[in-house]
Amino acid sequence: MSKFKKDDNRGTPAVSTASLPDIVFMLLFFFMVTTVMREVDLKIKLNQPEATEIDKLEDKALVDYIYIGEPYNTELYGTVPKIQLDDDFADVDDIQDYIIARRADRPEALQGKITVSMKVDQETKMGVVTDIKQELREVQALKINYSTRERLPD
Amino acid sequence: MARKKRELQEINAGSMADIAFLLLVFFLVTTTMDTSWGLARRLPPPLLENQPDPPPIKDRNVFVVLANANDQLLVEGDLMEIGELRAAAKEFIANPNRKEDLPEFKPVDIPLLGIMQVSKQVISLQNDRGTSYDLYIQVQNELAAAYTELRNELAQREFGMSYEQIEEMAKAEEGGEKYKEMVDAIRDVYPQRISEAEPKDIGG
Repeated sequence: MSKFKKDDNRGTPAVSTASLPDIVFMLLFFFMVTTVMREVDLKIKLNQPEATEIDKLEDKALVDYIYIGEPYNTELYGTVPKIQLDDDFADVDDIQDYIIARRADRPEALQGKITVSMKVDQETKMGVVTDIKQELREVQALKINYSTRERLPD
Repeated sequence: MARKKRELQEINAGSMADIAFLLLVFFLVTTTMDTSWGLARRLPPPLLENQPDPPPIKDRNVFVVLANANDQLLVEGDLMEIGELRAAAKEFIANPNRKEDLPEFKPVDIPLLGIMQVSKQVISLQNDRGTSYDLYIQVQNELAAAYTELRNELAQREFGMSYEQIEEMAKAEEGGEKYKEMVDAIRDVYPQRISEAEPKDIGG
């Protein structure tokens, strides 16, 4: 009889965690594939205005960004809105060179499809924005996008 | 020294999950799921030297929106709040009562719709260097919304669905052509003509 009675205290077996790495890896790959690394370190405060009539920027590889806003480090840079291109502050005069340089990075067939996305803080005055628009016109970068947040209908 | 050959020990994979979690957290933190949304616009090409002046446009066909440095709006000579702009723009574009001081119409033959009365409207937007960007975007948004609402009404009347729905259908890979034609027809009736003045200081 005792032959069939091996252990008395037979509790519930521990849940196997062997497949945990698989699950985590699956999640990991999902995020690795969908992730877009933050393009730049923002040095300006960016609180974008809200709008309703908006379109989605489709092809991110064909978008250049211009950031305008009050610098975070006001002790060093003051509170006047500054322009940020890539990771550095820039002047209005640098816009043309930047756009031309960025255009040269793209294959020739796609150069006409580049959009310039203006990410501008809502407190900014239009003066600097107008200056930039004039510079963009000079280098024939005519497709622009005023980046906004989506306002949900009331 | 006759030792028994030891069997190869299996590597403990228990910490694999920890490593994977570490990587996962890294990607979770660096990922930005934000899709960029915004108002798409096209800038006019640069002015050439000695470029001849464009032909004059009749006053009744132009809807002038001025925004000053104190974020006030002057629309067709009247002070206006941003909330009223959409209705005013709609009234101007469509001119439902065919008023004398609102835009003229000319008959145009449009595919799918036949001969339609298309208004010769142009919206002229001028802003000061001191206007806030927020107001500028709100004005652009309201004007775009006026066009969208009119297009919606027309699409609802002619095709029994909203303009936005048709636009959505036109993006489809298959069978999109039919809807594309509808989109073009509606755009021909209500073309979006927002012209921005060459910059100048209009003061506060």
